[in-house]
Amino acid sequence: MASMLFRTIQTHPFLLYPTTLLRRNNAVLYCTLKSAHTQTAAQEEQQKPPQIKGSPQTRQAKTKTLDKISKDYETIIGIETHVQLSTLTKAFCSCPYNYGTQPNTSICPICMGLPGALPVLNSKVIEFAVKLGLALNCKLSLNSKFDRKQYFYPDLPKGYQISQFDIPIATGGYLDVDLPVEFGGGHRRFGVTRVDLNRAGVPLLEIVSEPDMRTGLEAAEYAAELQRLVRYLGVSNGNMQEGSLRCDVNVSIRPVGQLKFGTKVEIKNLNSFSSINRAIDFEIARQALLHSQGEDDQIVQETRLWEEGSQKTVTMRKKEGLADYRYFPEPDIPEVILMKEYVDSIQSSLPELPEMKRRRYEKMGLSMQDVLFLANDINVAQFFDATIANGADVKLAANWIMGDIAAYMKNEKLTINDIELTPEELAELIASIKSATISGKIGKEILFELMAKGGTVNGIIKEKNLVQIVDPSEIEKMVDKVLSENPKQLEQYRGGKTKLQGFFAGQVMKISKGKANPGLLNKILLEKLNAKC
Amino acid sequence: MLSTLHHPPRSLSRFFPSNTKSRHFHIKPVLSLSQPAADQPPSSTSPPPESQILSIRHSLLSREVTATQLAETYLSRLKLTEPQLKSFIHVSNNVLKEAQSIDDKIKRNENVGPLAGVLVGVKDNICTLDMPSTAGSKVLEKYRPPFDATAVKRVKELGAIVVGKTNLDEFGMGSSTEASAFQVTANPWDISRVPGGSSGGSAAAVSARQCVVSLGSDTGGSVRQPASFCGVVGLKPTYGRVSRYGLMAYASSLDVIGCFGSSVADTGILLSAISGHDRLDATSSKHEVPDFTSQFMSAVLLESKPLKGLRVGVIRETLDDGVDSGVKSAILGAVSHLEELGCTLSEVSLPSFSLGLPAYYILASSESSSNLSRYDGVRYGNQAAADELNALYGDSRAKGFGPEVKMRILMGTYGLSAGYYDAYYKRAQQVRTLIKKSFKTALHENDILISPAAPSAAYKIGEKKNDPLAMYAGDIMTVNVNLAGLPALVLPCGLTEGGLAGLPVGLQMIGPAFDEGKLLKVGHIFEQTLQGCRFIPPLIAEDIKE
Repeated sequence: MASMLFRTIQTHPFLLYPTTLLRRNNAVLYCTLKSAHTQTAAQEEQQKPPQIKGSPQTRQAKTKTLDKISKDYETIIGIETHVQLSTLTKAFCSCPYNYGTQPNTSICPICMGLPGALPVLNSKVIEFAVKLGLALNCKLSLNSKFDRKQYFYPDLPKGYQISQFDIPIATGGYLDVDLPVEFGGGHRRFGVTRVDLNRAGVPLLEIVSEPDMRTGLEAAEYAAELQRLVRYLGVSNGNMQEGSLRCDVNVSIRPVGQLKFGTKVEIKNLNSFSSINRAIDFEIARQALLHSQGEDDQIVQETRLWEEGSQKTVTMRKKEGLADYRYFPEPDIPEVILMKEYVDSIQSSLPELPEMKRRRYEKMGLSMQDVLFLANDINVAQFFDATIANGADVKLAANWIMGDIAAYMKNEKLTINDIELTPEELAELIASIKSATISGKIGKEILFELMAKGGTVNGIIKEKNLVQIVDPSEIEKMVDKVLSENPKQLEQYRGGKTKLQGFFAGQVMKISKGKANPGLLNKILLEKLNAKC
Repeated sequence: MLSTLHHPPRSLSRFFPSNTKSRHFHIKPVLSLSQPAADQPPSSTSPPPESQILSIRHSLLSREVTATQLAETYLSRLKLTEPQLKSFIHVSNNVLKEAQSIDDKIKRNENVGPLAGVLVGVKDNICTLDMPSTAGSKVLEKYRPPFDATAVKRVKELGAIVVGKTNLDEFGMGSSTEASAFQVTANPWDISRVPGGSSGGSAAAVSARQCVVSLGSDTGGSVRQPASFCGVVGLKPTYGRVSRYGLMAYASSLDVIGCFGSSVADTGILLSAISGHDRLDATSSKHEVPDFTSQFMSAVLLESKPLKGLRVGVIRETLDDGVDSGVKSAILGAVSHLEELGCTLSEVSLPSFSLGLPAYYILASSESSSNLSRYDGVRYGNQAAADELNALYGDSRAKGFGPEVKMRILMGTYGLSAGYYDAYYKRAQQVRTLIKKSFKTALHENDILISPAAPSAAYKIGEKKNDPLAMYAGDIMTVNVNLAGLPALVLPCGLTEGGLAGLPVGLQMIGPAFDEGKLLKVGHIFEQTLQGCRFIPPLIAEDIKE
C-alpha cells in the first residue's frame, strides 16, 4: 500500500513539475538572478496546483488530496552545516590543505597520527570561528575546549576526532534571510544553536541551526545566506561542489497543533541549494503521505541520501540506538581562552555583512529584487559599492551591473573580478551618458569593449571619435543627405507610408556612425519629412 | 610528632669528606667507576656519586680520554651485563661511529656540545629516528619512526650518543617491566628481582652503568619507582616542562618524559638539555628554563647547615602501615639527615592522598583507551590478515596488545561510556582537582614534601605479576604527583635488606610546579652529604672483578 502511494508521489505532477523547473534554474534561484524562468516557476509554485497534462480529472483530484494532506502537517527543519575553512594549513599541523591534491601527498607525522605525534591548534581556525560566531550574532564562549570523539574508521588515523562537545565556541545566535521576491519575498530570522570547531585535520566549523525552518525554500535560503556570510567574511570559499559547504538537513513533520516533534529524518548528499529545496519538499510529501495513511511508524530515525538522478531520498543507514562516542576533554590541546581585546579587534574588523548590506541598499532606494541580486555576491557588491563611491547614480549603476554586465559574465562564464571593467570606468561611463557626451547605444558598445579589453571611457571615446553629435546643423546636413539619396522612399513616406521614418532615422544614424543624438535626429528628421507636404 | 622519631645522632664531620678534590676536576670515576666497590666487600658502602657528564666533558676536552674509548668502556660493560639484565630492546650499531666523529671534531679543535660523548639510553616508547621504537609492544614490532622525539633531538644536538632503546612495560603500563612484550629486565642489585617500571630498562641501564644517563617516561611513577628500585636518581619534571612530542602517549594529561642519572648532578644536566617549550607540543610550557645545575656546590664548600630554614613536610599518609619497615626506617633516616642539614621538618597530611590511586587508574586508563585507538593495524605496525574491516581492527589489536594493555583499554572504555562517565571519569577528575588543591596548600606551608618513592624495595620477578591490584597498590606514593602535575625527584637514601648487598630505597622529594631547581639543589646536597649508603650495584662490581 505504502509503496504504491509512494510511486504515486514520484510521478505526481505537483511535485514533479515545479521541481524540474527549479532544477533547470538551479543557480538562478538562490543567487536570485532575474529570470523569466524563475518567475514562471514562482508563479506556478504559488498557484498550486500547476497545469496538469494527461488525464486531468484523476490527477487533479489526487493533487488536491496531497495538497490537503500537506496542509494538515507542520514541517520542522533544522540544518547542520559544515564549513571547511580556507586556512592555508590543516587545523592541527602545518601541512598545506588544498582541495584536489593527490591523496596522501600533504601529510606529516601529526596528521598521520603516528605514535608520539601531537596536534597543535592552528590559531587561524580560532580566528575564523570567532569571526563567524560574531557574524551569526552568537554569544562566544571565552573559555572553550576540545573533546575527543571516538570511533574506528580507516580515514581516521588516531581513532578519534578532535571536536567540540559540550562547550562550543559560540552559541545562541541567529541568521537573517530575505526570501526571493519571486517567492513572495519576506524577511526571516533563523536561530543558530551553536558554532563549534568540528573534526581534525581539515579545519571544519559546524553551524547548527534551531529547528526554525518550515519549507524547503526557507532551508535553501538559510544555506545560501550562510554561504554569502562565509564568503563575505573570507573564512571559506563556501563551494558546495567541492564540499567546502555541506548541509545535513533534519526534517520531521507533525500534525498541526501537536506539540511533540515527529520522528526526524536526516538527509545527506545535498550538493546545491536547489537540491536542499527539492529534497526537503520530497521528504515532506513522503512523510505526510505515510502519516495520512496511518503508517507514521514507517517514519524512522535514519539517514537518507538525496539521489539527484531519481530526485528522491533513499535510506542510507538506520540509527541503531545512539552511538557512544565516549567524548572526553582532549588532553593534548589546552583550553582556548579568548581575551576580550582579541574578540573586540575581530568584531571591529568584520566587514559589512550581507544583511547589513541589504538593509543599506534598501535605504538607497533599490528594489528588493535589485538588493538581493547585488548583495548576493560579495564581489558584485563590492563592485557596486565602488561604482557608487565614484559618484555613479545608484539606480543606473545597479541597472548596468544587473543587465549588460551580468549577461556578459554569464555568457563568457566570468566573475566580476575577471572582467577588465573597473568600477571607476563604469561610473565614468554612466556620467558620460548622463552628460550626453555619448549616447546610450555608444555607451553599451564602450561597455563591452571595457569589459573585454579594459581601457578608459575617455580613451575609447577619443580613440574612436565617439563623442555624440549634438550640433543641429551637422545633423541637418546628414538628414538632407539621406533624404536626397533616397527619393523613392521619401515619396512613399509623403504618400502616407509614415512608418518609413524609422528607415530614415536608421540611415542617418548609420552615417553618423551612431553618434547622432537620437532626440535631435528625430526632431530634425520629422521637420524635414513633413516640411514640404 | 616527628620529634618522636628516634634516630642516632650523626657527626657533622661527614659534610667534610676526606677527599677534598673538586668534583668538577675529578675524572677518575669515568674509567674506574666501580673501583671503590670492587675493593670492598659487596655489602659495604660507597662514597656519594659524582657527575659523570662533567667528568666526561673534562676528560674529553683535556684529551685524557677519547669519546671512542669512553664508548668502548660502556659498550663492553653493556655486553657483559646485558645477558643477565636485558635492559635494552635495541642497541645502536652507530655508537662507535658517532663517538669517532666527536673525536674528530675535538681533534680539529671544533666545538662539541656539552653532552658530547655522553651515552644516553632512551626508553623505547620515545621515538628515535632510524631506530626501532616499539613501546614494548608487539603491535609496533619493527616500527621505525620517521622522526626523533623533541627530547631526543635536543640531547643529540648537544652531542649525546643514543646507545639504544630500553625495555619497558608495554606502552608504559606496568610497574615492574614484566609487561614488556619482548623480555623481562632484571634489577642490577639482585637479578632475581624486578627493576621496577615502567621505565625499568632505563633505570637498570644507568644503575649498571650501561649508559651514562637515560630518558624515561613517568605517567604514574614510571621514572621514580624504578629509580628507587635500582638505586639511581630519577626525576619527574613538572607537567609541560619537557615536550611530549615523540613520546608515545599513554595518558596524555599525566605523561612526562623524565631523566635518570647516577647522580643528582647528571640528572639535572640532562633535564636542562631537554626542557623548554616546543611548538610541536601545545601542552609544553613557555616557562623560563633556568640552569638547573648552577646552584650545585661541591660538598667541601657546604656550610654546616646548608639547608637551614628549608621547610620540609613529611607526608603522613605515605608512612602508614602499608609501607615496608625497611623502607620506613630508611626514610626516617633521611628525615634525620635532612634535619642535620638544617631543614625544619614537620608532618603534613594530604587527606585526599588515598583517593589518588583509584582516580589515577580511571583517568590513565580512560585516556589510554583513546590514545591506543590509533594502533589499528591500518597504517603501521603489525597488521592481521582479515577479509573485512572490523576483523582487521579486531585481530590486529587482539594479536598486537598484551593482557595488561587490553585490561586498561577495557577499563578506560568502560569509564568513558555513556552512563558511566559521571561515576568514573568525571568523579576522578573531581578527585584530581582536590589533590591539586591539597598539594598547593601543603606546598604553601612547606618548601618541599617528602615521602618514600615506593612502599617497598624491589620485589621478586613474578611475585606480583598475577596480582594486578597489588601491583597497582605499589604506585600509591607516586600517582598523586602526576595528578597534581608537580615535579619530583627520587634519589637513593639508604638500603634495606635483600639481595647480595641490600636493596636501595629511594626518597621522593616533591616541589612546587616548575621548581625543579630547588629539588635538584636540595637533592644534590642530600646526596653529597649522605654517608653509609651504597650507590653501585653488586652486579657490575663482581663483573669487573672477574
